[in-house]
Amino acid sequence: MTGPGRAIREIHSLEDLAERGTFLCRIHPLAKVLVTIWYLILVMSFGKYDIEGLWGMSIYPVILMILGDISAGEAIRRMRPILLMVCLVGLANPLFDRELLGTFGGMKITSGMLSMVTLFFKTVFAVAAAYILMATTTMEQICYALRKLHVPQILVTVLLLIYRYLVMMLKEADRIMQAYRLRAPGERGIRKDAWGPLAGQMLLRSMDRAQAVYESMTLRGFRGEFFLRGRFVPPRRSAFYGIGWAAILAVFRFLPVFRIVGSVFIS
Amino acid sequence: MHMADALVVPAVAGAMYVASTAAAGYSIKKVRLENEPKKIPAMGVMGAFVFAAQMINFTIPGTGSSGHICGGMLLTAMLGPWAGFLTMTGILLIQCLMFADGGLLALGCNIWNMAFYGCFIGGLLIWRPMMKSGATKRKITCASIAACVLTLQMGAFSVTLETLASGITELPFPAFVAVMQPIHLAIGLAEGAVTAAVLCFVHEARPEMLWRLEAEKEGKCSARRTLAVLTAAAAILAGVVSLGASALPDGLEWSMERVAGTAELAASGGAHETAERIQSATALLPDYAFSFSDSALGTTVSGLLGGAVVILLCVAVCWAIRFFRGEKRQS
Repeated sequence: MTGPGRAIREIHSLEDLAERGTFLCRIHPLAKVLVTIWYLILVMSFGKYDIEGLWGMSIYPVILMILGDISAGEAIRRMRPILLMVCLVGLANPLFDRELLGTFGGMKITSGMLSMVTLFFKTVFAVAAAYILMATTTMEQICYALRKLHVPQILVTVLLLIYRYLVMMLKEADRIMQAYRLRAPGERGIRKDAWGPLAGQMLLRSMDRAQAVYESMTLRGFRGEFFLRGRFVPPRRSAFYGIGWAAILAVFRFLPVFRIVGSVFIS
Repeated sequence: MHMADALVVPAVAGAMYVASTAAAGYSIKKVRLENEPKKIPAMGVMGAFVFAAQMINFTIPGTGSSGHICGGMLLTAMLGPWAGFLTMTGILLIQCLMFADGGLLALGCNIWNMAFYGCFIGGLLIWRPMMKSGATKRKITCASIAACVLTLQMGAFSVTLETLASGITELPFPAFVAVMQPIHLAIGLAEGAVTAAVLCFVHEARPEMLWRLEAEKEGKCSARRTLAVLTAAAAILAGVVSLGASALPDGLEWSMERVAGTAELAASGGAHETAERIQSATALLPDYAFSFSDSALGTTVSGLLGGAVVILLCVAVCWAIRFFRGEKRQS
């Protein structure tokens, strides 16, 4: 996880992206959430050696990133921590799975190498899909879509509340860290004596704030219901977007489209 | 410990979603029964607090490194296991969507590995029995460290099982466990110490804010019974997951075997022959072939090349759309 300051910047940049009002941003959130889930299921359903089939799924992030003006560099930057973990798991594959598949430019290609690369690409595609969803959909819209999917109200409300107070809490954590660094320059982390009082004070203040928040919410008529005002494209277009992508992705999953195109060049 | 989507196959992810959904459903029922409307905003703010607190690093004495709290045990001690579980679920969903910390498909696994063990095992089997006769600083410290260590060990073991059941890594099971468990033992000790420090402070300043143990005394499940049920559930789940993910064919092979009785269909007929003639005529590199062109790698290279062509085409079309859209806007 990143530091508080960086996390705040990331949240703001995602919010700015999602509120641009482009065509993709105005698609109904339910269609985008369902397409993302469908895409993830299809990507993860590929076998560990099926790099060729998996390659076909790159079509979704490539098209949406270009049409939605979404930075691929930013998406890749966000992948670094998770890629590290996946690479650690995947690195074992070439060591333990040494079945020779062939040679390429003098280099021996083993099935372990293929499965490692497949794992790597699966991660890249999954993170890119989640990033595209967040760069075109606000958290309020995602919560709205979850309610449409009959996710219990209590869970959606908690999710929305966490998100709403997240920036406030992150700013507080950032201030605490900054004040501590100024008082104790060069020290790595917060020393043992201050663990309890420092985080404990923050926690107590949070609970008091929760009380005040609840009172102001009830005074303003909060009854746990969730409403959303948004300017979406007509439902028919959203449905077309969802069904269209679902069909395209299914075609790329179940038919060797890329192999057919590739066979035109290599016989 | 956040699992990425790439580490699980849909069968395992689906099984874990079912397990986590069941736990979430039960938690929602319990929170509704508690009927404390004030708890909902408290859950939201506590969730945001834990999220923010995870970014504060604490020096781990004698190691020269630093760590942060996990949050499951802290949430349980403040809100109770049911509300804590739901709050942790919300935190994990935001982490996966906003920070790419864990995958959307692997969310069920992550909820199980971090929220289920942290809140239910830590809260019901360690925190509650230890606090039954009243809370003291020593008890809080012991409970926090024991709960964090145990639940993290269980979570790490689950990660190992889920990854192996998915058939993602070739790493042998004992080697994988030997890598995962010791790392999480150290992390658990550090998290336990930080959680204990925070809870001790709360106990001194505002003891009434800790999870009201008296109110839970009428609970119907004893610790032993809960442990027995959880062990049985874990055993059944592990069995189902390993069976479901063993050597199943992929979706297409399965469908073809059902429909045609074979996973591969032979193509013949006029249309195929015509297509073959067109292909040999249009091939840019007709005499070029890899030494392993008949192997899986050979077809893979063909697919990769075809993919590159299609993607380049898509990129070109998308850029053209963007270009003409920009021109249209300017005019």
